[in-house]
Amino acid sequence: MSRNPLVRAVPPTSWFFRQPRYLRYMSREITSIFIGAYCVLLVVGLQRLSAGQTAWEGFLLALRSPASIVFQFLCLVAAVYHAATWFNATQKAMPLQIGENFVPGNVISGAHYVVWILLSLVVLYFAGVF
Amino acid sequence: MTPLKERLVQLEVLRYNPDTDTEAHFQHYEVVCQEEWVVLDALNKVKADIDPTLNYRWSCHMAVCGSCGMMINGEPKLSCHAFLRDYQGVIRVEPLAHFPVERDLVTAPDDFMDKLKRVKPYVIPKEMKPISEGEYRQTPAQLMKFRQYSMCINCMLCYAACPQYGLTPSFIGPAALTLAHRYNQDSRDGGRKERQEVVATHEGVWECTFVGACSEVCPAHVDPASALQQMKITSSIDWIVEHLIPGGKP
Ligand code: SF4
Ligand code: FES
Repeated sequence: MSRNPLVRAVPPTSWFFRQPRYLRYMSREITSIFIGAYCVLLVVGLQRLSAGQTAWEGFLLALRSPASIVFQFLCLVAAVYHAATWFNATQKAMPLQIGENFVPGNVISGAHYVVWILLSLVVLYFAGVF
Repeated sequence: MTPLKERLVQLEVLRYNPDTDTEAHFQHYEVVCQEEWVVLDALNKVKADIDPTLNYRWSCHMAVCGSCGMMINGEPKLSCHAFLRDYQGVIRVEPLAHFPVERDLVTAPDDFMDKLKRVKPYVIPKEMKPISEGEYRQTPAQLMKFRQYSMCINCMLCYAACPQYGLTPSFIGPAALTLAHRYNQDSRDGGRKERQEVVATHEGVWECTFVGACSEVCPAHVDPASALQQMKITSSIDWIVEHLIPGGKP
C-alpha cells in the first residue's frame, strides 16, 4: 500500500456557503461594518461640533434625512444583533463555579442583558427621553 | 416484540484509491437496512454484501473510541451515532473534511496527533514529591473545574467543523487547545507557562474567531469553543500584566 493522500482544498472565498452555521457566523462578523460606519458618523459629528454652531446644526439636519434615518436604523439592528451574540457568548467565556456546580449559563448571559437594559435607560434619561 | 422495520437505504460514498486515482469520486450503493441502524451499520452491510473494497475506520460502535468520524450530508458526525431514521433520501458520506484522504473514508490524522503532542497534554506537577508522600489529592470541586474538558474522545469532528482550521492548517485547533486548557485548569498542574508558548500565539487561540462550530458538532459535549474563549481572556490578562504593569510577570 502506498501513501498518496488526497488533499481536498477549502474554497477560500465561498466556504461560508457550505453550512448554515457558517452563514450565521458571517452575518455576525458583517455587523461590525455597520458599527464601524456608525463610529465614523460619530467622529464626523464631533468634528462638526468643533467647527461651530452652523456646522453642527447642518449636521443635525443631515441626520434627519430619510437616508440617514434608514442608515441609523440598520446600524441599530446590527448593533443589537452583534451585542446579543456577545452576551450569549459570555456564558462560555466566563463560567462561574460555586463549589462543585456551575452557575447556569443563561443566568450569566441574562445578567449581561439586565445591565445592558439598565445602562440604556440611563443613557436615554440623560438624552432627555423621559 | 414487534419485528424490526426494514428500509432500502441509498448511500453516496466518496471513494479514493491512492494507487490508481488522482481524484475522488462518489459511488452509489443501495442496501437493505433496519430502520434502527446507524450509518456505520449500513457501511458494514455494504462492505459485507456488496463491495469489500470500501475502506473506513471504526472500532467501538458506541461513540467512545472516536475513530468513525465522517461527513454525513456535509456534517461532521460519528457514523456509529448517526441514526438512519434521522435521514431521508440519499445519504452522502464523505471522509472528515480538512484532513488529507488516505483511502475512501479513511483520513490521515497525523497533523492532529502532532498538535496534541505540542500542547503537552499531561499533568506537569507543580512540585515533584516522592511516592512515599502519597498521591496528589484533589477535591470534587477542583475536579469539576476541568472535568468537562477531559471528556474528549479525539474524534476530530471539531477540526472538520472548524473553517479556520480548513483555511489555516497551522492552527493548533479546538481539541488540542481544549486539552491544554484541561491541564491548565487542573489543581495538580504547574505546566501552564510551558503550554502558553503554543497556546498564546497566532497559531494558538488567536487563530480562533469564535465560529463556535466545534462545540455544535462535538459528540462528547466538550464545548471546545468555551475553552478557547477562556484561554483568550487569561492570555490577554497575561499580556496586560507583562506589558502595562511595571515589573509585572504573568
Ligand atoms: S473536542 Fe469533541 S469534537 Fe473535538 S475531538 Fe474532542 S470529542 Fe471530538
Ligand atoms: S466506532 Fe467508536 S466512536 Fe464510532
